[in-house]
Amino acid sequence: MGKSNRKVPGLNASSTADISFILLIFFLITTSMDTDTGLTRRLPEWDPNAEEQEVKIKERNIMTVQVNKNNEIFVKNGVINRVIEVEELKDIAKEFIDNPDDNPLLPMKEEYDVPGFRVVITTMKHVISLQTDRDTNYEVYFKVQNELSKAYNELRDVWCRQVLGKSWKLCNDDERAFAKAMYPSKISEAEPKTYGTAQ
Amino acid sequence: MPELNTSSLPDLIFSVLFFFMMVTSMREVTLKVQFTTPSGTEIEKLERKSLVSYIYIGSPTKEYRAQLGPASRIQLNDKFAEPTAIREFVKTERESMTSEKDKPFMKMSIKADVGTHMGIITDVKQELRKAQALNLVYSASLEKNAR
Repeated sequence: MGKSNRKVPGLNASSTADISFILLIFFLITTSMDTDTGLTRRLPEWDPNAEEQEVKIKERNIMTVQVNKNNEIFVKNGVINRVIEVEELKDIAKEFIDNPDDNPLLPMKEEYDVPGFRVVITTMKHVISLQTDRDTNYEVYFKVQNELSKAYNELRDVWCRQVLGKSWKLCNDDERAFAKAMYPSKISEAEPKTYGTAQ
Repeated sequence: MPELNTSSLPDLIFSVLFFFMMVTSMREVTLKVQFTTPSGTEIEKLERKSLVSYIYIGSPTKEYRAQLGPASRIQLNDKFAEPTAIREFVKTERESMTSEKDKPFMKMSIKADVGTHMGIITDVKQELRKAQALNLVYSASLEKNAR
Protein backbone atom coordinates (compact mmCIF):
# COMPACT_ATOMS: atom_id res chain seq x y z
CA MET A 1 0.00 0.00 0.00
CA GLY A 2 1.34 3.34 -1.00
CA LYS A 3 1.13 6.23 1.39
CA SER A 4 -0.57 8.39 -1.15
CA ASN A 5 -3.91 6.64 -1.13
CA ARG A 6 -4.34 6.56 2.67
CA LYS A 7 -7.14 8.95 3.51
CA VAL A 8 -8.28 10.17 6.89
CA PRO A 9 -11.99 9.57 7.02
CA GLY A 10 -14.01 12.63 7.96
CA LEU A 11 -15.53 12.48 11.44
CA ASN A 12 -19.26 12.30 11.31
CA ALA A 13 -20.24 15.29 13.39
CA SER A 14 -23.91 15.33 12.59
CA SER A 15 -24.85 14.18 16.07
CA THR A 16 -22.92 16.89 17.97
CA ALA A 17 -25.91 19.15 17.58
CA ASP A 18 -28.12 16.58 19.25
CA ILE A 19 -25.65 15.95 22.04
CA SER A 20 -25.30 19.62 22.79
CA PHE A 21 -29.05 19.99 22.61
CA ILE A 22 -29.44 17.43 25.35
CA LEU A 23 -26.83 19.20 27.48
CA LEU A 24 -28.49 22.51 26.79
CA ILE A 25 -31.86 21.22 27.92
CA PHE A 26 -30.29 19.81 31.08
CA PHE A 27 -28.81 23.18 32.02
CA LEU A 28 -31.98 24.99 31.04
CA ILE A 29 -33.89 22.89 33.53
CA THR A 30 -31.38 23.09 36.36
CA THR A 31 -30.89 26.84 36.04
CA SER A 32 -32.95 28.69 38.57
CA MET A 33 -33.41 32.10 37.12
CA ASP A 34 -35.78 33.15 39.87
CA THR A 35 -34.08 35.72 42.01
CA ASP A 36 -34.65 36.14 45.68
CA THR A 37 -36.95 38.92 46.74
CA GLY A 38 -37.16 40.73 50.02
CA LEU A 39 -36.86 43.92 52.01
CA THR A 40 -33.36 45.32 52.02
CA ARG A 41 -31.98 47.06 55.05
CA ARG A 42 -28.58 48.36 56.04
CA LEU A 43 -27.34 47.48 59.49
CA PRO A 44 -25.46 50.09 61.49
CA GLU A 45 -21.72 49.70 61.85
CA TRP A 46 -20.56 47.73 64.83
CA ASP A 47 -18.64 49.95 67.15
CA PRO A 48 -18.09 48.53 70.62
CA ASN A 49 -16.99 51.90 71.97
CA ALA A 50 -20.10 53.71 70.84
CA GLU A 51 -22.41 51.58 72.92
CA GLU A 52 -22.47 53.94 75.87
CA GLN A 53 -22.79 57.32 74.27
CA GLU A 54 -26.39 58.24 73.68
CA VAL A 55 -27.15 60.35 70.69
CA LYS A 56 -29.23 63.33 71.64
CA ILE A 57 -32.25 63.66 69.43
CA LYS A 58 -34.88 66.31 69.85
CA GLU A 59 -38.11 64.87 71.09
CA ARG A 60 -40.14 66.13 68.15
CA ASN A 61 -37.82 64.36 65.74
CA ILE A 62 -38.31 60.91 67.13
CA MET A 63 -41.04 58.36 66.72
CA THR A 64 -40.85 55.11 68.62
CA VAL A 65 -42.51 52.00 67.37
CA GLN A 66 -42.50 49.25 69.94
CA VAL A 67 -43.65 45.74 69.25
CA ASN A 68 -43.99 43.83 72.50
CA LYS A 69 -43.99 40.12 73.12
CA ASN A 70 -47.77 39.95 72.64
CA ASN A 71 -47.20 41.47 69.19
CA GLU A 72 -49.01 44.68 70.06
CA ILE A 73 -47.69 47.72 68.26
CA PHE A 74 -47.25 50.82 70.34
CA VAL A 75 -46.47 54.10 68.61
CA LYS A 76 -45.33 57.29 70.26
CA ASN A 77 -44.51 60.59 68.64
CA GLY A 78 -45.52 64.22 69.19
CA VAL A 79 -49.15 63.70 68.28
CA ILE A 80 -49.87 60.06 68.95
CA ASN A 81 -49.24 57.80 71.90
CA ARG A 82 -51.21 54.58 71.77
CA VAL A 83 -51.49 50.99 70.61
CA ILE A 84 -52.27 50.76 66.92
CA GLU A 85 -53.13 48.18 64.32
CA VAL A 86 -50.44 47.47 61.74
CA GLU A 87 -52.63 48.90 58.96
CA GLU A 88 -52.63 52.31 60.63
CA LEU A 89 -48.86 52.52 60.80
CA LYS A 90 -48.27 53.63 57.22
CA ASP A 91 -50.36 56.78 57.48
CA ILE A 92 -48.99 57.66 60.90
CA ALA A 93 -45.45 57.22 59.59
CA LYS A 94 -46.18 59.28 56.48
CA GLU A 95 -47.55 62.13 58.53
CA PHE A 96 -44.56 61.94 60.83
CA ILE A 97 -41.95 61.81 58.06
CA ASP A 98 -43.51 64.47 55.88
CA ASN A 99 -45.00 66.78 58.53
CA PRO A 100 -47.15 68.43 55.83
CA ASP A 101 -48.68 71.09 58.11
CA ASP A 102 -45.38 72.05 59.73
CA ASN A 103 -46.69 70.92 63.09
CA PRO A 104 -44.31 71.97 65.90
CA LEU A 105 -44.82 68.58 67.54
CA LEU A 106 -43.63 66.68 64.46
CA PRO A 107 -40.09 66.65 62.95
CA MET A 108 -38.43 69.92 62.24
CA LYS A 109 -38.20 71.05 58.63
CA GLU A 110 -34.83 72.16 57.43
CA GLU A 111 -33.25 73.31 54.24
CA TYR A 112 -30.93 70.79 52.69
CA ASP A 113 -28.86 71.22 49.57
CA VAL A 114 -29.27 68.03 47.59
CA PRO A 115 -26.05 67.48 45.62
CA GLY A 116 -26.72 67.94 41.93
CA PHE A 117 -30.24 69.17 42.50
CA ARG A 118 -31.39 72.16 44.51
CA VAL A 119 -32.15 73.16 48.05
CA VAL A 120 -35.15 71.31 49.37
CA ILE A 121 -36.98 71.47 52.66
CA THR A 122 -36.88 68.13 54.40
CA THR A 123 -37.35 66.55 57.78
CA MET A 124 -34.03 64.81 57.41
CA LYS A 125 -33.33 64.73 61.14
CA HIS A 126 -36.30 62.52 61.93
CA VAL A 127 -35.70 59.08 63.38
CA ILE A 128 -38.04 56.15 63.56
CA SER A 129 -36.91 53.97 66.39
CA LEU A 130 -38.09 50.41 66.09
CA GLN A 131 -37.93 48.33 69.23
CA THR A 132 -38.80 44.70 69.58
CA ASP A 133 -38.84 42.14 72.32
CA ARG A 134 -37.02 38.84 72.05
CA ASP A 135 -40.40 37.12 71.92
CA THR A 136 -41.88 39.32 69.22
CA ASN A 137 -43.08 37.36 66.23
CA TYR A 138 -40.94 37.77 63.12
CA GLU A 139 -43.94 38.11 60.83
CA VAL A 140 -45.32 41.04 62.82
CA TYR A 141 -41.89 42.65 62.78
CA PHE A 142 -41.70 42.14 59.05
CA LYS A 143 -45.14 43.67 58.52
CA VAL A 144 -44.04 46.70 60.51
CA GLN A 145 -40.90 47.05 58.40
CA ASN A 146 -43.00 46.64 55.28
CA GLU A 147 -45.43 49.38 56.33
CA LEU A 148 -42.54 51.73 57.10
CA SER A 149 -41.02 51.03 53.68
CA LYS A 150 -44.39 51.65 52.14
CA ALA A 151 -44.65 55.01 53.88
CA TYR A 152 -41.28 56.07 52.47
CA ASN A 153 -42.02 54.70 49.01
CA GLU A 154 -45.35 56.44 48.76
CA LEU A 155 -43.90 59.75 49.90
CA ARG A 156 -41.08 59.46 47.38
CA ASP A 157 -43.50 58.53 44.63
CA VAL A 158 -45.74 61.53 45.35
CA TRP A 159 -42.70 63.80 45.45
CA CYS A 160 -41.44 62.45 42.11
CA ARG A 161 -44.84 63.05 40.54
CA GLN A 162 -45.16 66.57 41.89
CA VAL A 163 -41.61 67.79 41.39
CA LEU A 164 -40.26 65.74 38.51
CA GLY A 165 -43.57 65.05 36.83
CA LYS A 166 -43.24 61.30 36.68
CA SER A 167 -43.71 58.33 38.92
CA TRP A 168 -40.92 56.68 40.93
CA LYS A 169 -40.95 53.75 38.55
CA LEU A 170 -40.04 55.95 35.60
CA CYS A 171 -37.31 57.87 37.40
CA ASN A 172 -33.67 57.15 36.67
CA ASP A 173 -31.07 56.49 39.34
CA ASP A 174 -30.18 60.15 39.81
CA GLU A 175 -33.77 61.19 40.22
CA ARG A 176 -34.35 58.38 42.67
CA ALA A 177 -31.36 59.57 44.65
CA PHE A 178 -32.97 63.03 44.86
CA ALA A 179 -36.19 61.52 46.14
CA LYS A 180 -34.21 59.52 48.65
CA ALA A 181 -32.38 62.64 49.78
CA MET A 182 -35.76 64.30 50.19
CA TYR A 183 -37.11 61.42 52.26
CA PRO A 184 -34.10 59.57 53.66
CA SER A 185 -34.94 56.30 55.32
CA LYS A 186 -34.15 56.66 59.02
CA ILE A 187 -35.17 53.49 60.74
CA SER A 188 -33.07 52.85 63.78
CA GLU A 189 -33.27 49.62 65.65
CA ALA A 190 -32.43 49.65 69.28
CA GLU A 191 -30.43 46.89 70.85
CA PRO A 192 -32.71 44.00 71.71
CA LYS A 193 -34.17 44.01 75.15
CA THR A 194 -33.67 41.04 77.40
CA TYR A 195 -35.96 40.63 80.33
CA GLY A 196 -34.09 37.61 81.61
CA THR A 197 -35.69 35.35 79.03
CA ALA A 198 -34.68 31.71 79.16
CA GLN A 199 -32.14 31.12 76.46
CA MET B 1 -34.22 24.37 -3.55
CA PRO B 2 -30.77 24.57 -2.02
CA GLU B 3 -30.27 22.66 1.17
CA LEU B 4 -29.85 24.68 4.36
CA ASN B 5 -26.32 24.58 5.61
CA THR B 6 -26.52 23.40 9.22
CA SER B 7 -22.83 22.95 9.81
CA SER B 8 -22.72 25.89 12.24
CA LEU B 9 -25.67 24.64 14.25
CA PRO B 10 -23.54 22.73 16.80
CA ASP B 11 -21.44 25.83 17.40
CA LEU B 12 -24.50 27.94 17.94
CA ILE B 13 -25.98 25.51 20.39
CA PHE B 14 -22.67 25.14 22.12
CA SER B 15 -22.52 28.85 22.80
CA VAL B 16 -26.04 28.85 24.22
CA LEU B 17 -25.06 25.83 26.26
CA PHE B 18 -22.03 27.63 27.66
CA PHE B 19 -24.19 30.56 28.62
CA PHE B 20 -26.49 28.38 30.65
CA MET B 21 -23.57 26.53 32.17
CA MET B 22 -22.22 29.84 33.41
CA VAL B 23 -25.43 31.11 34.95
CA THR B 24 -26.37 27.83 36.57
CA SER B 25 -25.51 27.76 40.22
CA MET B 26 -25.28 24.20 41.33
CA ARG B 27 -24.75 25.15 44.94
CA GLU B 28 -28.18 24.24 46.20
CA VAL B 29 -28.27 23.37 49.85
CA THR B 30 -30.40 20.66 51.34
CA LEU B 31 -32.69 22.33 53.75
CA LYS B 32 -32.74 21.03 57.27
CA VAL B 33 -35.16 23.62 58.50
CA GLN B 34 -38.62 24.38 57.22
CA PHE B 35 -39.78 27.92 56.76
CA THR B 36 -42.41 30.05 55.12
CA THR B 37 -41.08 33.50 54.44
CA PRO B 38 -43.40 36.41 55.17
CA SER B 39 -45.09 38.32 52.38
CA GLY B 40 -44.97 42.03 51.83
CA THR B 41 -45.86 44.68 49.31
CA GLU B 42 -42.66 46.70 49.24
CA ILE B 43 -40.19 43.97 48.43
CA GLU B 44 -37.48 44.36 45.83
CA LYS B 45 -35.83 41.92 43.47
CA LEU B 46 -32.27 41.03 44.27
CA GLU B 47 -30.19 41.42 41.19
CA ARG B 48 -26.91 39.55 40.95
CA LYS B 49 -27.39 36.27 42.71
CA SER B 50 -23.67 35.85 43.15
CA LEU B 51 -23.68 38.59 45.77
CA VAL B 52 -26.24 36.94 47.98
CA SER B 53 -25.59 34.46 50.77
CA TYR B 54 -28.40 32.83 52.65
CA ILE B 55 -29.10 32.27 56.30
CA TYR B 56 -32.01 29.96 56.93
CA ILE B 57 -33.95 30.14 60.15
CA GLY B 58 -36.82 27.86 60.99
CA SER B 59 -38.04 24.81 62.77
CA PRO B 60 -35.96 21.65 62.10
CA THR B 61 -37.47 19.20 59.64
CA LYS B 62 -39.00 15.93 60.85
CA GLU B 63 -35.79 13.89 60.90
CA TYR B 64 -34.04 16.34 63.16
CA ARG B 65 -36.94 17.38 65.30
CA ALA B 66 -36.64 14.39 67.60
CA GLN B 67 -33.11 15.43 68.49
CA LEU B 68 -33.42 19.19 68.43
CA GLY B 69 -37.01 19.96 69.29
CA PRO B 70 -39.34 22.28 67.43
CA ALA B 71 -37.63 25.56 68.35
CA SER B 72 -36.23 27.64 65.49
CA ARG B 73 -32.67 26.94 64.48
CA ILE B 74 -30.18 28.57 62.16
CA GLN B 75 -28.88 26.72 59.15
CA LEU B 76 -25.74 27.86 57.38
CA ASN B 77 -24.75 25.99 54.24
CA ASP B 78 -25.60 22.38 54.99
CA LYS B 79 -25.62 22.28 58.74
CA PHE B 80 -27.21 23.68 61.84
CA ALA B 81 -25.26 26.45 63.46
CA GLU B 82 -25.20 28.70 66.45
CA PRO B 83 -25.31 32.48 65.98
CA THR B 84 -21.62 32.67 66.85
CA ALA B 85 -20.76 30.64 63.73
CA ILE B 86 -22.05 33.42 61.52
CA ARG B 87 -18.83 35.39 61.66
CA GLU B 88 -16.88 32.48 60.25
CA PHE B 89 -19.60 31.91 57.65
CA VAL B 90 -19.46 35.51 56.48
CA LYS B 91 -15.69 35.28 56.26
CA THR B 92 -15.72 32.21 54.04
CA GLU B 93 -18.52 33.60 51.90
CA ARG B 94 -16.59 36.81 51.45
CA GLU B 95 -13.44 34.95 50.53
CA SER B 96 -15.28 32.82 48.00
CA MET B 97 -16.34 35.89 46.07
CA THR B 98 -14.18 36.12 43.01
CA SER B 99 -14.37 39.81 42.34
CA GLU B 100 -12.64 42.05 44.86
CA LYS B 101 -14.81 44.96 43.74
CA ASP B 102 -18.01 43.16 44.66
CA LYS B 103 -17.08 42.37 48.22
CA PRO B 104 -18.57 45.48 49.81
CA PHE B 105 -21.85 44.72 48.05
CA MET B 106 -22.24 41.31 49.58
CA LYS B 107 -25.76 40.77 50.80
CA MET B 108 -26.96 38.43 53.49
CA SER B 109 -30.45 37.18 52.95
CA ILE B 110 -32.33 36.00 56.00
CA LYS B 111 -34.84 33.37 55.04
CA ALA B 112 -36.75 33.04 58.25
CA ASP B 113 -40.00 31.40 59.13
CA VAL B 114 -42.96 33.61 60.00
CA GLY B 115 -43.28 31.88 63.36
CA THR B 116 -39.73 32.68 64.46
CA HIS B 117 -39.20 34.88 67.48
CA MET B 118 -37.18 38.06 67.10
CA GLY B 119 -34.62 36.94 69.66
CA ILE B 120 -32.84 34.66 67.22
CA ILE B 121 -33.11 37.24 64.43
CA THR B 122 -31.56 39.97 66.54
CA ASP B 123 -28.77 37.60 67.55
CA VAL B 124 -28.08 36.98 63.87
CA LYS B 125 -28.17 40.68 63.12
CA GLN B 126 -25.73 41.47 65.91
CA GLU B 127 -23.33 38.84 64.60
CA LEU B 128 -23.65 40.20 61.07
CA ARG B 129 -22.78 43.64 62.34
CA LYS B 130 -19.72 42.25 64.09
CA ALA B 131 -18.75 40.51 60.87
CA GLN B 132 -19.08 43.74 58.90
CA ALA B 133 -21.77 42.25 56.69
CA LEU B 134 -24.16 45.14 56.80
CA ASN B 135 -26.33 44.63 53.75
CA LEU B 136 -29.27 42.65 54.98
CA VAL B 137 -32.30 41.30 53.19
CA TYR B 138 -35.38 39.98 54.87
CA SER B 139 -36.36 37.45 52.27
CA ALA B 140 -40.05 37.60 51.47
CA SER B 141 -42.54 36.93 48.75
CA LEU B 142 -44.76 39.44 47.06
CA GLU B 143 -48.17 39.86 48.59
CA LYS B 144 -50.70 39.27 45.87
CA ASN B 145 -53.68 41.30 47.01
CA ALA B 146 -52.77 44.96 46.92
CA ARG B 147 -54.58 47.02 49.48
